[in-house]
Amino acid sequence: MGPAELLGVTTMSLTAPRRAALSEFVLRTPAVGPAVALVFAVVLFSLTTDTFLDVDNLSLVVQQSLVVGTLALGQTLVILTGGIDLANAAACVLATLLMAKLAVGGTASPVTLLAGVAVAVAVGLTTGGVVTAFRLPPFIVTLGVLTILTAASRIYAGGQSYPVTDGLLGWLGTRQYLFGQIEVTFGMGVALALYLVLWYSLTRTAWGRHVYAVGNDPEAARLSGIHVRRTLLSVYVVAGLVYGVAAWQALGRVPNADPNAFQTGNLDSITAVVLGGTSLFGGRGSVLGTLVGALIVAVLRSGLTQAGIDNLYQDVATGVLVIVAVAVDRLSRRRQR
Amino acid sequence: MTGVDGRDAPLEPVLSARALVKRFGRVTAIDGSDFDLMPGEVLAVVGDNGAGKSSLIKALSGALVPDEGEIRVDGRPVRFHGPLDARRHGIETVYQDLALAPAQDVASNLFLGRERRRPGVLGRVFRLLDTRGMRAEAERVLGELGIGVRSMSQPVETLSGGQRQGVAVARAAAFGTRVVIMDEPTAALGVAESAKVLDLIGRIRDRGLPVVLISHNMPHVFEIADRIHVHRLGRRVALVSPAERTMNEVVGLITGALRVGADGELEEVRDAVRTGLTRTGGGTAE
Ligand SMILES: Nc1ncnc2c1ncn2[C@@H]1O[C@H](COP(=O)(O)OP(=O)(O)O)[C@@H](O)[C@H]1O
Ligand SMILES: [Mg+2]
Repeated sequence: MGPAELLGVTTMSLTAPRRAALSEFVLRTPAVGPAVALVFAVVLFSLTTDTFLDVDNLSLVVQQSLVVGTLALGQTLVILTGGIDLANAAACVLATLLMAKLAVGGTASPVTLLAGVAVAVAVGLTTGGVVTAFRLPPFIVTLGVLTILTAASRIYAGGQSYPVTDGLLGWLGTRQYLFGQIEVTFGMGVALALYLVLWYSLTRTAWGRHVYAVGNDPEAARLSGIHVRRTLLSVYVVAGLVYGVAAWQALGRVPNADPNAFQTGNLDSITAVVLGGTSLFGGRGSVLGTLVGALIVAVLRSGLTQAGIDNLYQDVATGVLVIVAVAVDRLSRRRQR
Repeated sequence: MTGVDGRDAPLEPVLSARALVKRFGRVTAIDGSDFDLMPGEVLAVVGDNGAGKSSLIKALSGALVPDEGEIRVDGRPVRFHGPLDARRHGIETVYQDLALAPAQDVASNLFLGRERRRPGVLGRVFRLLDTRGMRAEAERVLGELGIGVRSMSQPVETLSGGQRQGVAVARAAAFGTRVVIMDEPTAALGVAESAKVLDLIGRIRDRGLPVVLISHNMPHVFEIADRIHVHRLGRRVALVSPAERTMNEVVGLITGALRVGADGELEEVRDAVRTGLTRTGGGTAE
């Protein structure tokens, strides 16, 4: 607090800092900035390319963002607590392999699906357990988990990839046509439902408030009577569950389990979270922002492809965007102090 | 008037401690301290920075678990394993650094860790929070305590220091049913805001709740306290009445220039400085 502020404080009812209503709305609704950026990107690519605004192309953009969008949903939870998950794509890949291999071996498909989700949950439980029991930084723990899972997937796959023919495992890729022309998949519905459920849990339940509080200031949360470790553990478990669904999404999108898939899935999920306005410092952000962030990543990639720009330059553009988003986050934090 | 030693008091203390010890590595933050809070009183806890006041009240509020010693609530021994345990006994605390979630709004902070759900299926099955009810309740509590905050949905980080303090104090006052503890609640406040907090403490006492007030401000302490617990080098060195002692005497006890003799009277300590330095580890800065 600056001296001017100290002098200005005269009564308890006080001179609350007068902010413009608009900037307060933006501050409290962190998804607004990203949404504006998304609209801007869509308009830009619509104007600069002929094909972008095509209904089929837009549908494809959404389909392409499903796996990363789902991974980013779990990632949001972890980042909200002030952590980061480097192993989410790896957990997803292992789950797809497990499902595909079990299916090849003739296991009933509901069991297969459950086993895939269960392995992702088990990874989350282990990660969360290690993070909370030994108070280790999630960055380091998930880096270790990433290394282990990557190796485990390769060993388990034995240098092969496994095509999926099972109906249930590929079900999320099933196409439907809305109004006879808009192509949608069940995967979109599942992703949307998952986002809604977590949006609800984060904003309308005590658990959600505790997640934010733990990310905001763990010691304050503890002193306020919140079970910090229990909350953290639950976050990693729920994130694992979401990654399990991401694996199901992945098989719907590409019916083939490959140990080398989703190499950029993890970074893309972090990118989506950050672009969605969730703070890497924890305690601030929203899953709706992440939804927008995931769409921004997909729009950017698709738009740049349509504009004939090489993949590698797309990576460069995404990287620049992430750094800008983190810088904006940092600067807006500083202004609030 | 109460004697120098709390154990001679006629009533049973609401909250008391005997021979508490808490070590942080080589630092002994609480060094065999006693503590007694009587029903309905405002007890000021005074002492130098690093004397161990915050550590003492953290032990009393479950925020840290003492290595040794005993805590009693209404005469019954208790063991607090966390802040929730103390809360369940009706002990509410305003910590020195407030323990608020800065990004969350006023109402959320007031109910942090004890959120209310909607009645019926919505609350039981869907765990839906009663956001509106909590806002209304927050508005009522803050209004009652005279803490002016523009909106209950304002993030705490956008409040002034005084308002934040007000929210933390309101939280303790609203939920405390046995004891309210405040660790330097006026340290960051201006004159008028401090006066409001003092007023608030008076009102909490009028409701029959005893208050533990940690403060460096001697005029405040002498204005509001019924008794003064002087803390030095990790333990209680005196328990005095502001009516019987002067500010200078209390300051002498804090610095170690004076001490309570065997006859209960104050006596000068000649090598005060050395006494302070011989303590192993020792509390230095905050
Ligand atoms: N969590 C902690 N870890 C290590 N040392 C601590 C901790 N808390 C307090 N201390 C030390 O204990 C001593 C007493 O601190 P504190 O209780 O904050 O005193 P006061 O509130 O009277 O200023 C200080 O030397 C302080 O550095
Ligand atoms: Mg202190």
